[in-house]
Amino acid sequence: MPPRILPEPTPETRHFWDGCREGELRLQRCTECKHSYFPPRAFCPKCASREVEVYPASGKAVLYSYVINHRPRPDMGTEPYAIAVVQLDEGPRMMTNIVGCPQTPEALVLDMPVKVTFEKQNDDITLPFFEPAKA
Amino acid sequence: MKQKSVAVVGAAETTRMGKIPDVSVIGLHADAALNAMKDAGLKPSDIDGVATAGISPVELAHYLGITPTYADGTSVGGCSFMLHVRHAAAAINEGLAKTILITHGESGRSRVGAGGFGRAPSSLMGQFEMPYGVTSPPTMFTVPVLRYMKTYGVTEEDLANVAVVQREWAALNPRASFKDPITVNDVLNSPMIAWPFRMLMCCLVTDGGGALILTSAERAKDFPQKPVYILGTGESVETPMVSQMEDFTSSKAFRVSGKKAFDEAGIKHSDVDHLMIYDAFAHLPLYGLEDLGFVKPGEAKDFINERNTAIGGKLPLNTNGGGLSYMHSGMYGMYALQESVRQMRGIAPAQVKDAKISVAHGVGGMFAASGTVVFTNEA
Repeated sequence: MPPRILPEPTPETRHFWDGCREGELRLQRCTECKHSYFPPRAFCPKCASREVEVYPASGKAVLYSYVINHRPRPDMGTEPYAIAVVQLDEGPRMMTNIVGCPQTPEALVLDMPVKVTFEKQNDDITLPFFEPAKA
Repeated sequence: MKQKSVAVVGAAETTRMGKIPDVSVIGLHADAALNAMKDAGLKPSDIDGVATAGISPVELAHYLGITPTYADGTSVGGCSFMLHVRHAAAAINEGLAKTILITHGESGRSRVGAGGFGRAPSSLMGQFEMPYGVTSPPTMFTVPVLRYMKTYGVTEEDLANVAVVQREWAALNPRASFKDPITVNDVLNSPMIAWPFRMLMCCLVTDGGGALILTSAERAKDFPQKPVYILGTGESVETPMVSQMEDFTSSKAFRVSGKKAFDEAGIKHSDVDHLMIYDAFAHLPLYGLEDLGFVKPGEAKDFINERNTAIGGKLPLNTNGGGLSYMHSGMYGMYALQESVRQMRGIAPAQVKDAKISVAHGVGGMFAASGTVVFTNEA
């Protein structure tokens, strides 16, 4: 299997990937209008203020939408897998994979609670995935 | 823009379509361009403006021997050609050029002289979508749809029926790739691509191209073909990442582009005789009908199920068979425009009787961009 396609951080996104490596899902928030946003950038996409801060998100989310890819990318193995979008408690949505459950429509129910979990890929990159939250 | 100030005077597709392993991408552009110039009675030396996507307008101009005073390389995906039409209309009105050639060519199936589909790993998409296993459009364009289905009670059968109705139109089109009738069951039994999407809910992958030539309405009268006037245009863009769409049940780019075009054209929805909505996948006509305002949010499935967009319906939609059955080389917007022009000329294989206004609505990327053109054949 070829190595998994991984992100290449830029100066604007470095804090996010450093956070994942340290087991923390980091979002950004505008200190003026309080808007939380993703993906990372050095200003608030809502009010254009440069006064923004990085903060740790709760890691809680719900499953918002997904497809189950039946033609796996070579670096993703041979079994179908879900490409999902989760809605974080803090507001932003992000693409991810749902781990720790079967990759089936029956197991993947929209709006089910999920929580972040981290999987190390190499010394620099750890990817944030989500798994069903225990009741 | 000023209504009806600019017209299409040349329009053609590539000589062949489907599987063309002996022609490269630039060759397909040129074949379509030569056909459109023949249609308009023009030579390359008569063209003073060029626009294209996929390849650079520099490549196009040099390959055809054109020395332009106007070049547009807007490349926002499959609707780029709708934007080219819009920009060309403004440019002609402003005197930047008199006669503008817009081309598309893509070796989608045979991949002759074609580039790759990769994204830089440092781009936002490379960082925040690619690591999760997205591949080509079937695993990206489809990501919002489960949310749309849950919100409005849309079923897999409803999605399948979009493909079924379009196949009925394709049956009337000798150049369509797929013409045999299909049923909802056929669609639901076709191979799984990315649940809930089956193969027959996804567009074709073919080779081909098309080209348009635009000039002022005043000059258009002296050309061999019946002029097709630009009545209104719109464009917008939203996000390069489908996961960051503002609303998973509606495209902001569609809404903005569509409203702008309808406002410019000064038309009501009931004025539209013929409609093209870029259908890379079966959900696109549903989003398009709603976001353009033909029906309210959530009503598109019933509108299609009740056969309003089918043969004999009040709003003939995707009458060439669409990207699902006609052809789809990668950037289908050009073929939607070509069908609108044929309908306005009165020469379409599935001609809508007495059609006077046609709307061609395109999507670029995965709901990333949109362009809308309203055509009329009335001066």
